[in-house]
Amino acid sequence: MRAIFCDSLVREAQKHDDFVFLTGDLGFMALEPLQNAIGQRFINAGVAEQNMISVAAGLAKNGLRPWVYSIAPFIYARPFEQIRNDICLHNLPVIIVGNGGGYGYGVMGATHHAIEDYGTLLTLQGLHSYIPAFDEDLSHMLNFLTKVEHPAYLRLGLAEPPKGVKIPSYASWRRLESGEKWVILTVGPLAGSLWQMIRECGDILTPSLWALTELPIKSLPDEFLSDINRSPNLLIVEEHVAQGGAGQIIATQLLKQGIRLNRFETRTALGYPSKRYGSQKFHRRESQIDAISIGDFLASQGNI
Amino acid sequence: MHFDSHVGHIGGNLSCIDTMVVLFHLILKKDDQFILSKGHSAGAYYATLWSIGKLSESDLLKFHKDDTLLSAHPPAHGIDDILFATGSLGHGLSLASGLALAKKLRSQPGRIYCLMSDGELNEGSCWEALIFAKQQKLSNLTMIVDLNGLQGFGTTKDVADLEPLVDKFTSFGVPTNVVDGHDFESLAASLTNQDVFNIVIAKTHKGNGISYMQDRMEWHYLPMSQEQYELAIREIELS
Repeated sequence: MRAIFCDSLVREAQKHDDFVFLTGDLGFMALEPLQNAIGQRFINAGVAEQNMISVAAGLAKNGLRPWVYSIAPFIYARPFEQIRNDICLHNLPVIIVGNGGGYGYGVMGATHHAIEDYGTLLTLQGLHSYIPAFDEDLSHMLNFLTKVEHPAYLRLGLAEPPKGVKIPSYASWRRLESGEKWVILTVGPLAGSLWQMIRECGDILTPSLWALTELPIKSLPDEFLSDINRSPNLLIVEEHVAQGGAGQIIATQLLKQGIRLNRFETRTALGYPSKRYGSQKFHRRESQIDAISIGDFLASQGNI
Repeated sequence: MHFDSHVGHIGGNLSCIDTMVVLFHLILKKDDQFILSKGHSAGAYYATLWSIGKLSESDLLKFHKDDTLLSAHPPAHGIDDILFATGSLGHGLSLASGLALAKKLRSQPGRIYCLMSDGELNEGSCWEALIFAKQQKLSNLTMIVDLNGLQGFGTTKDVADLEPLVDKFTSFGVPTNVVDGHDFESLAASLTNQDVFNIVIAKTHKGNGISYMQDRMEWHYLPMSQEQYELAIREIELS
């Protein structure tokens, strides 16, 4: 997704003379095309994320539209106060880009994971989180984000769409599969592997599958409501801890709208249950948010 | 203001108010911008803005009260001359660097002035900002340190001794001037005709001009009694 991100951003940056990009000394073998394309508007701010965020606030205050980039935990957790005070209290249009959200950095270890990022940032005033599910989402999202009027967090991950599928046109809520008994709602790139699993299971497992890519939500869309009305068993799967995650957000919205379900289940990042480290796939499996675990869950629920 | 609201922080306000008066009355031009990084001196900032007609007497009378724009630290909204909410230390120089970089990238006129405290230099982010401003050749940026020698719970020497501070700054390659922070002419001279990223160290006294406050750490916190307030007024009128 990072290479697509760079290509899309080159196109957008060249259209907007108020665009400026800051990196926390990361992007080798990935961001060079952007660096070459925008010259002095590409700034390597060094390994100093607190400063980089406040500099971005200053740039935005004087009319530019800064994007700040680093590995996800480095860009949201280290400079949290700067994001809160300098960007969000002033509602400045700074785009915070975190690469490798969730367990994306795999065996690099826990310091490089971001499993609390969008929930933490959503506590801040005016900030919206964007979690693209597919590479194709980036073109739309980046076009939108170059014009946005509020702080934003963009969590990049690894897209894993099933081979040969046509990705539906971008929408913050997208139905990827229409089915019965269960409705699965997933956040960001996890949608791809779950979609693959459902397709491979053919007539055996037939849930509806939705991909959610923007938080917070305004309301629950009519088509989603129609699905959970028909199949009132909702499973929310996300590569994020339960606290502050999409599961809690959706549950609150369901309660506000007076919608009752037969079952409401969530599968979320559990941290490091075995205290062992491995690939993104390993950590997803440990948290039972991977496709096999979700398939096993559905099978055990009698959706056969 | 501070007496009326029965609040503290007046010591650090009195150490830097001369710098702000010089800046706003003699130095700042139309395109220039100012960041008060030591946000706990907001009272001095408000009084200075009042002195140039940007705040009213009635505004000042609401300092620290309910339903005010004038919170104890600079607010995020409502006062055009206050660009950022400050109060948590170590943000200002980075914000100022961003303002300066934006002007540089857009070839816009104007200079950015950032007033910091000496205790604030304990924050590592100040040094991140210093490295950045130098590296980016922000020739339109001036950093001012209000060097009163006292911080939250001790002297700067006892808590986190940064002397020789001039040597530290100049080792970054940043021209650094030391001036008497209560001498208007010296301050004005040090802040005039700068064309590189530079630092001005204003040597000051916490609680300057008030006998029972001057150079005493407790006036970072204490409110004045009626007797202390009346004595302070008499001393100011005599000076």
